[in-house]
Amino acid sequence: MSAGASFWEMDELRLITGAMVILGGATTLLVVMPYLLLENVRPPTALKPYTSEQLAGRRSYIANGCVYCHSQQPRDMKQAPDAKRGWGRASVAGDYAYDTPHLLGTMRTGPDLMNIGARQPSKDWHLGHLYQPRAYTPGSIMPSYPYLFELRKGQPKPGETIVNLPPALANPGEVVVAKPEALALVSYLLSLDRTYPALAEEKR
Amino acid sequence: MDFTVSLLLGTFLLSVAALFAFIWSMSKGLFGDGTAAATQIFAPNELGTVEDPAATSAQKGGLQQAVRMGAGSGRGMAAVDTEARASADRSTSLVVGVCFTLAVVWLVLASLAGLISSVKMHAPDWWVQYDWLTFGRIRPIHLNLVAYGWCSLAGIGVAIWLIPRLLKTELVGAKYALIGGALWSIGVLAGTVAIATGHSDGLEWLEFPWQIDLLLVVGGGLVGFPLWLTLMRRRVEHLYVSVWYIGAGLLWFPILFLIANWPGLHFGVQQAAMNWWYGHNVLALWFTPIGLAAAYYFIPKVLGKPIYSYNLSLLGFWSLAFFYSQVGGHHLIGGPVPSWLITISIVQSMMMVIPVFAVAVNQHLTVLGNFRALIYSPTLRFVVLGAMMYTAASVQGSLESLRAVNTVTHFTHYTVAHAHLGLYGFFTMVMFGSIYFIMPRVMSWEWPYPKLIALHFWLVLIGFAIYFIWLSIGGWLQGLAMLDEKTPFMQSVALTLPYLRARSIGGGLMTLGHLIFAVHFFAMGWKFGPRRLGAALLGPALFSPQLARGVAA
Repeated sequence: MSAGASFWEMDELRLITGAMVILGGATTLLVVMPYLLLENVRPPTALKPYTSEQLAGRRSYIANGCVYCHSQQPRDMKQAPDAKRGWGRASVAGDYAYDTPHLLGTMRTGPDLMNIGARQPSKDWHLGHLYQPRAYTPGSIMPSYPYLFELRKGQPKPGETIVNLPPALANPGEVVVAKPEALALVSYLLSLDRTYPALAEEKR
Repeated sequence: MDFTVSLLLGTFLLSVAALFAFIWSMSKGLFGDGTAAATQIFAPNELGTVEDPAATSAQKGGLQQAVRMGAGSGRGMAAVDTEARASADRSTSLVVGVCFTLAVVWLVLASLAGLISSVKMHAPDWWVQYDWLTFGRIRPIHLNLVAYGWCSLAGIGVAIWLIPRLLKTELVGAKYALIGGALWSIGVLAGTVAIATGHSDGLEWLEFPWQIDLLLVVGGGLVGFPLWLTLMRRRVEHLYVSVWYIGAGLLWFPILFLIANWPGLHFGVQQAAMNWWYGHNVLALWFTPIGLAAAYYFIPKVLGKPIYSYNLSLLGFWSLAFFYSQVGGHHLIGGPVPSWLITISIVQSMMMVIPVFAVAVNQHLTVLGNFRALIYSPTLRFVVLGAMMYTAASVQGSLESLRAVNTVTHFTHYTVAHAHLGLYGFFTMVMFGSIYFIMPRVMSWEWPYPKLIALHFWLVLIGFAIYFIWLSIGGWLQGLAMLDEKTPFMQSVALTLPYLRARSIGGGLMTLGHLIFAVHFFAMGWKFGPRRLGAALLGPALFSPQLARGVAA
């Protein structure tokens, strides 16, 4: 071959230009276009913005990595029986109007939590379940979170929230006090309720 | 949806047109025969001469014999070429040594974090009293230490070391890479502390807070600097395949990472789409290019034989860049994102067969007929195994993007096993092989205990086989259980337990292998072991006395 004469011969300029054009194309397709299409999605009227306590709970959900085992995106009945498990209808973009950072998740080591507030509305259940999941769901492999609680002898102080544990778990004379982080987390979980109907024009 | 249809059609037609343009120009001979470019990594008269500084003298003799049966014999390099290569290697030894040392430290920490996460999956009440050790923190710590600690720093080290060898000159601007690598490592440390203390950004692969991300953006940019400076002084006519991959990877990463972490820019579902544009591109446009660059260099270099087809590697490079950069949406199949986005990603995931085929043919046909060389070359053993797992991981990835398969595997441990086939089976194995080749050149010292290399190899191979096979089966069964509405959800949890335990055993063996690798690495750093310098020296003129003795022995 004649030295360096090939039409496709790679040089620095071609490498840089080609690499940037391709990255630009992929970014336009997968980042810019979704941005333009989704920036005008309005929140459904039935969806309330999070309160400051719920937002604190959401930060706790992120800090403790709940997203690594729980998704927040029920699938359509055509694909999976999520609705029959009580996880709710297939979610639409508007359902996430207040969700930044997004917490869609990629794993279902545990169940989907998009509508956990509607499915399990008991604050006591959630507090106790965070303290010891296996007392409520036999066979669960969710970690227990003792560091969100305080174990103390004697009576609770005014304003403190006591966790009402099942008798088998409770030690006589000892109380389990929920720390503010646990209370915020539960208030976020209880707020997860997208059982309102998805708007027809929002359907995928 | 006219828009969707036209977009899909456009993408498809563009892909097919590009493919035909390529085939047409190939048939017209527009590429030339590519021989000159493919042999660019060899010195004159070097073809047919093996090189593996990780091999003992005896192994090297066996290696040379194994290869000679297949290829022509080398007549030996000129002394001036040997000296030029030695000075090219010297110009990178400090910065590469620093990068590898940091990488090995991150590898050990990352392995321990991974093992703890794995055990916690089947022992959920173990070590729960500390918040920083909870599963939801130690698992992302594992991922980030692997990705940005071990893989990135090992990859940067390999890339920097390859640059002067590929351009046949000395590295220019090593200090930028040194500063860049240091900033990067400080970023990894700070980011890990941020996750441990509950300051994660909450996005998978993007957990580090944006203030810390700046360190990786600037550090990553600085690391690329020496490449561009050295390119201006290159003494080669053609840019070898590995240069394209390294150059593009070093350009792509800082841009990807900057866009993905831009504070306040992304929102809701758009952020989810961006998350997987990044999550897949960090593999496609950062780790894969570096891993392939290393494989494209070491396989032919160890064997002393050029790659099978230079033109095929050109097709492989551009089609990888084009298709792989658009596959991220397949992580959101069944999710609340526009369906055209998912469909494009599935189409491009299937198109990935083209670059994977190109790379596979090229690398495997180079090895074909020389499999006996794997017995003698520690480098080749790791790199060829890694290249095979690249093919396997890619084909598996394409299949996983199909809706029917994805419906079962998404949200399960199957995906975790697949991710490890790519980043461990392929990338990490190639990095191990590369480090075994490079370190003797960096230290001018032979690996002190060659048996430890073999032990490392078998531990990680067996450990990873256990990990991958059992976790894939468990994940698939988990997916089937979740899809069956009559099976209670808890059943899908219970059935995975034996497989999760098997994963811990496999992961334990892998971690043990890494500890042995680390001990060996530091033993070499302190120049332990018998004083054997033969294999670390360069060129047949210098090592042939040992070679002759090795063959005779």
